Amino acid sequence: MQTNFSYTIWIPLVLLASFLVVGLFGDKLRPRLSGLISTVVILFGAVLSYWTAFQYFLVNGKADGVYQTIVAADYEWLRFYDTLAIKMGVLLDPISIMMLVVVTTISSMVHIYSFGYMKGEKGFERFYAFLSLFSFSMIGLVIATNLFQMYIFWELVGVSSFLLIGFYYEKPSAVAASKKAFIVTRFADFGFLVGILLLSYFTKTFDFQELMQPDNAAIAEMAGLSFMGMSVLTLALVLIFMGGAGKSAMFPLHIWLPDAMEGPTPVSALIHAATMVVAGVYLVARLFGLYALHAPDALSVVAAVGAFTSLFAAVIALTQTDIKRVLAFSTMSQIGYMMLALGVSRYGGTEGLGYTASMFHLFTHAMFKGLLFLGAGAIIHAVHSNEMTDMGGLRKYLPITHVTFLIAALAISGIPPFSGFFSKDIILSAAYEHHPVYFWTGWAVAGLTAFYMFRLYFSIFWGENREYEHKPHEAPFSMSFALIFLGIMSAVVGFIPFSKYVSSDLMPYETHLHMNVAVLSVVVAVIGIVVAAVMYMKPGGAADKVVKAVPGLYKLSLHKFYIDEIYLFVTHKIIFNYISRPIAWFDRNVVDGSMNGMAWVTNKVSNKIKGLQSGQLQQYAFVMIAGMVGLALFVLYWASR
Amino acid sequence: MDRLSLLIWVPAITMIAMTLVDKSKVKWVSAIGAGVQLIQSVFLLFAFFGLRNGGDTSEMLFVKDITWYKSLNIHYTVGIDGVSMSLILLTSVVVFAGVFASWEMKDRVKEFFITLFMLATGVFGFFISTDLFTMFLFYELAVIPMYLLIGIWGTGPKEYSAMKLTLMLMGASAFLLVGILGIYFNSSPDGGPLTFNFVEISKITIPESAQMFFFPLTFVGFGVLAALYPFHTWSPDGHASAPTAVSMLHAGVLMKLGGYGALRIAVMLMPAAAHYYAPVFIILATIGAVYGALGAIWQKDLKYINAYSSVSHLGFIIFAVLMFNQVAFEGAVLQMISHGFITALFFALIGMIYSRTHTRNINEMGGLMKVMPVLGVGYFIAGFASLGLPGFSAFVAEMTIFVGAFQNNDVFVRTATILVVSSIVITAVYVLRAAGTMLYGPIKNKEFEGLSDARWYDKVAVFVLIAVIAGMGMFPNWLAGMIYDGLGPMFERFVMN
Repeated sequence: MQTNFSYTIWIPLVLLASFLVVGLFGDKLRPRLSGLISTVVILFGAVLSYWTAFQYFLVNGKADGVYQTIVAADYEWLRFYDTLAIKMGVLLDPISIMMLVVVTTISSMVHIYSFGYMKGEKGFERFYAFLSLFSFSMIGLVIATNLFQMYIFWELVGVSSFLLIGFYYEKPSAVAASKKAFIVTRFADFGFLVGILLLSYFTKTFDFQELMQPDNAAIAEMAGLSFMGMSVLTLALVLIFMGGAGKSAMFPLHIWLPDAMEGPTPVSALIHAATMVVAGVYLVARLFGLYALHAPDALSVVAAVGAFTSLFAAVIALTQTDIKRVLAFSTMSQIGYMMLALGVSRYGGTEGLGYTASMFHLFTHAMFKGLLFLGAGAIIHAVHSNEMTDMGGLRKYLPITHVTFLIAALAISGIPPFSGFFSKDIILSAAYEHHPVYFWTGWAVAGLTAFYMFRLYFSIFWGENREYEHKPHEAPFSMSFALIFLGIMSAVVGFIPFSKYVSSDLMPYETHLHMNVAVLSVVVAVIGIVVAAVMYMKPGGAADKVVKAVPGLYKLSLHKFYIDEIYLFVTHKIIFNYISRPIAWFDRNVVDGSMNGMAWVTNKVSNKIKGLQSGQLQQYAFVMIAGMVGLALFVLYWASR
Repeated sequence: MDRLSLLIWVPAITMIAMTLVDKSKVKWVSAIGAGVQLIQSVFLLFAFFGLRNGGDTSEMLFVKDITWYKSLNIHYTVGIDGVSMSLILLTSVVVFAGVFASWEMKDRVKEFFITLFMLATGVFGFFISTDLFTMFLFYELAVIPMYLLIGIWGTGPKEYSAMKLTLMLMGASAFLLVGILGIYFNSSPDGGPLTFNFVEISKITIPESAQMFFFPLTFVGFGVLAALYPFHTWSPDGHASAPTAVSMLHAGVLMKLGGYGALRIAVMLMPAAAHYYAPVFIILATIGAVYGALGAIWQKDLKYINAYSSVSHLGFIIFAVLMFNQVAFEGAVLQMISHGFITALFFALIGMIYSRTHTRNINEMGGLMKVMPVLGVGYFIAGFASLGLPGFSAFVAEMTIFVGAFQNNDVFVRTATILVVSSIVITAVYVLRAAGTMLYGPIKNKEFEGLSDARWYDKVAVFVLIAVIAGMGMFPNWLAGMIYDGLGPMFERFVMN
């Protein structure tokens, strides 16, 4: 019997209600009550999501061994013409249900954690209202039935992110960071929007299922139509990917993510590590049929961007000293992995290994990266600083944080049997089958990841035993609960047989551990950890010597390859000073000046000629007679000719 | 009394009532008048849907026709379709909010509100008229009070601004009058009686040679009012000097007269010439959309920022009017409504903030969110609405325009469309820059620490406008459908001609 999934529409709706209630009346309620409302609602959403996942994956999501795509609801929201309308609905398939689980899980943990972390903050209720808004938007995004619904919620998660990054709005750096995040992603969304418009112009639909139909003639037409050396479909998909790259902080649209760390740390865990930043990956996965079957060139772009970003960000992460920034670059690098996995994947069966790998890594990464950020939050909470150099020897003071952080660090480094090992293994296997360059890039990144994570770990928890002004104390129960929960998740979710549930063509298949790849990646990870241990475990390790050995490289990495400076130059120098300012001047002085000039001329001329109408009879008579005489002379002259 | 003429009579009677009451009660009278008008518009909407759902498919509803000047066949003809209905709603909401936004007006209160309602009368008359002559009459009735309102109650270089605005708009209406007369004299090519009724005129084809001459006049005539580049410069100065309610009404409603006329009269009555001249005006509209947005980045005065933003957003309207398909036309009308509400909200908030801080320079402010959270949040909502965030009205309007514009598959139009789309990125820059500088960060000026937040009348104005912006943004389909259907018969004839 088919389960009726129409109740899933309530997951976003209750979150919206919670946002409205807490947002509008939050200042009249007691702060803790606001928090409680939001938390209960998201837990309710989580329960519904787990139930849906259970029903779908384990009970009756399949028909004839193939996972079904279920449209649980679809309402018309805005009609353009008879055949084209924006709808709002719920689409359930393996990846959307997986995302529901990820979003509600991490969001619930962040809600609980924030009770401790945000305690006593001004704007506590505002914080929870924004969290509800974000969760609502993110869920609306993952369950979208069509591209335009996705775009709508895409913008809404963008604005929630803006609001939460700028939560401490009295702090200028937070304000700047929030603006930067919004504007950079908005610029990327411009590409996304044009891509949607282009795609819908040909196909006359926004609907995912209609777009994916194998015999879609319009798609074939687009794929055949050439524009500037690539097919129009490729162009549209690359533009759509531009939106995804902006949201997922892919090079060169990544500059907002490190700055976004100005937001409260639970927000970084939720939005900038586990959920929103993987929206780009989800977008490509959502349209994977189009990419893989009709526009392999666009998929190559995805792979190249992903691979480059993962390496680029890992190199930067090596030298950063702000612990949240290290994690931010690490997030970029891991999302690069996911993109790479999608990019090297093909459609169907074991060919689609990369697709499964990408989704698997998205899932495990959400757990361990969420945990790393929440752990970082607990550390910052204890020592009141983000700087690695202010920390050291904390393992004695923060035992729970220490253990959970270690689990997460091992997971992200790909040490078995923690979750990251399994997902990374199949990513590298998929890359290996596609092209060795991608494999070796991924392999090198694995080593770098292990190194920078353990550099972080050793500098925080080992290294120099510092004297702290206030003795650091372990986080309150709400915070440690979230840490422990995610710690367990990070340790065990790797054992989920993911390919049984998520595959490019919705058909379950078997995967096995690839021994060669596994051994290679574990070896490089262990090397990374050992090097980090040598350099940072003991005070006065070898770190300084290494820095001195390669000063140029070190500086390049520390300054994030000066990408920010380049952007700053373009936006401030060129757009502000050389475009906007001259336009403002031109408008005032040339356009308006010419109008004023006309008025001035009219004024002057009328001033000069107004003397004619003096009202003096003698003058009129004189002019009249003079005129008559003149006329008479003229006539005489004319006649005598 | 027929239903539509009541829309003129209610503000007119309110004006008379205001002359009779004491100075201290004037604002209450005007609030009641505006409230009655708003309720009346809502009832009209229900009656409109009642007739439509009852199967009345005639193009104009509630038609009333009185012969006015027989020998020239001038009529007072009123009637509305989905397009004019939506603009009537816009006007009554903005007037209502405008009254509450000028609650603190102290100087010559009586005269102020009377003049304001005269303007409103003109606007309502314009939107319900289907006779070009009456329409032009009401148009002038709406434009002339502007001079007084800015010249007397304005701030800064008010005489200069008032004069500039009036001269440019009067210059435009000279073009317009020639255009309208041209249409009139060509309204009956086969020798029947001439007519000013635009519904009738749209059924015939104006000779092409006449179209070629009169289209640019009419289009520019209306275009100036809709801030068509490069005839937009009256708008920043005019807005900056005008008192709050006048800015609201002017940017919110009066500039829409231009868009409405450009669509309904210039383009619809003279399709051949519209197609012929389209490239020129598409270029101007695209420049307006992008240039207005880029110009706004550099401004420091809140009102100038919003004025340039209006130039940009009205560029969208003119652009959409030239896309010649029903979806884009619908988008143009939606944009008129949406921009009307949003810009009215902006000007209302700017007025409220200015009355507290006595400055409009964003660099002198900072951290105001802390002292005036309601106004601050309102400003952010206006900003997000303006930059096209989903859930607010502008998103609906802009997406409709873009989807409509994308139906034109030629390289020139597509390039222009993409440029116009790009301006929504620039909008985000100036909106967030202004809002961030003014509201976020630490409080810059110690004197601002004791400032008060919104009073009840401020809240009325702000909440009403936010409600309609969000309502339209979340449930757009009924409005979009009404406008789309309203455009149907016009569009059919447009394609035929």
